[in-house]
Amino acid sequence: MTDRITLQVARYRPEQETEPTWQAYEVPLRKEWTVLDGLNHIKDHIDGTLSYRWSCRMGICGSCGMTVNGEPRLTCSAFLTDSAPGPVRVEPLANFPVIRDLVVEIGDFMNKLTEVKPWIIRDEHKPLDEGEYLQTPDEMDEYKQYSMCINCMLCYSACPVYALDPGFVGPAAVALAQRYNLDPRDEGAADRRDVLSSAEGVWACTLVGECTTACPKGVDPAGAIQRYKLTAATQSLKDLLWPRGAR
Amino acid sequence: MSGTPRPALYRKPVPTFWWLGRRAYLVFVLRELSSVFVAWFVVFLLLMVGAIADGKGAYERFQDWSDNWWMILLNTIALLFVLLHTLTWFNLAPRALVVRLRGRRVRPRSIVALHYLLWALLTAATAWLILEG
Repeated sequence: MTDRITLQVARYRPEQETEPTWQAYEVPLRKEWTVLDGLNHIKDHIDGTLSYRWSCRMGICGSCGMTVNGEPRLTCSAFLTDSAPGPVRVEPLANFPVIRDLVVEIGDFMNKLTEVKPWIIRDEHKPLDEGEYLQTPDEMDEYKQYSMCINCMLCYSACPVYALDPGFVGPAAVALAQRYNLDPRDEGAADRRDVLSSAEGVWACTLVGECTTACPKGVDPAGAIQRYKLTAATQSLKDLLWPRGAR
Repeated sequence: MSGTPRPALYRKPVPTFWWLGRRAYLVFVLRELSSVFVAWFVVFLLLMVGAIADGKGAYERFQDWSDNWWMILLNTIALLFVLLHTLTWFNLAPRALVVRLRGRRVRPRSIVALHYLLWALLTAATAWLILEG
């Protein structure tokens, strides 16, 4: 096996070009190196101007999502040896505007996250001296899968609905909303309902299912969306039949 | 904010044939297209019911019309699309239906199997009505 591999990296320098171009870099092919390690080698030794995001290097911060050989991947979890003999094509995440090189504008995602209120909402918090809120293992199992989300945006990158309709709230936001809706300590389901039940909420989803395929944490955002569709439909029916009932 | 103007963002345009680039996208578009054929089967069924209501002569003309090669081809294609539609949503069901029975979550495979079982039973009942009734 050759001990070097080529990274074909998308470059976008808005001061000097209107469209991304490709630039090839040759990096060492080490058994334990990921794509992120390759990018760091380029940054350190070949081209210090290359821009990209990264942080923890162990798949829990969600910063280094990029498109690797056409697939949305965490570059800290994509090994160079898996793509040998290369070349490895590295592009920014699809469906997001590109700021520079491999850095994308994530403001839209951040706004959508806030919209779904991904925190525990309670009408009243009980006094501290009453102790913590108790929860059985079964109750935790109900939402635990959705709590594994690391906000890496790979699911948005994989989603053609988000590409065609950027207003779509999107898979990760709904999965995080479900994480709280299904938490017995939370009382905010009604507060999230308007956003989730809207045309741009779960109903914009037409079940391509690639968000679940792309998810590095096994969250199953497609499942979260379908599950909430059932909840929303059931609630709408209840509202129709018993208009004065509690929301 | 003051200072230098923000550099232009680049948003990659979505190509017209984006759905040919990945198998899952292609299956998705075909499944969306299947709704047209579901609608066609509804129309076909309504035409059949209308013909039956209009009497024996009308129903025989309807059957002759249905025997045309292009009608058989259309209905065969429609059947394939409707099957794609059905299989997709049956296999989706356990992700939307999270059912707990006696404190334990019902296995996804059981829910899918239940859908196919109901499908088979309804098909058998319909076939019995048509062939025996």
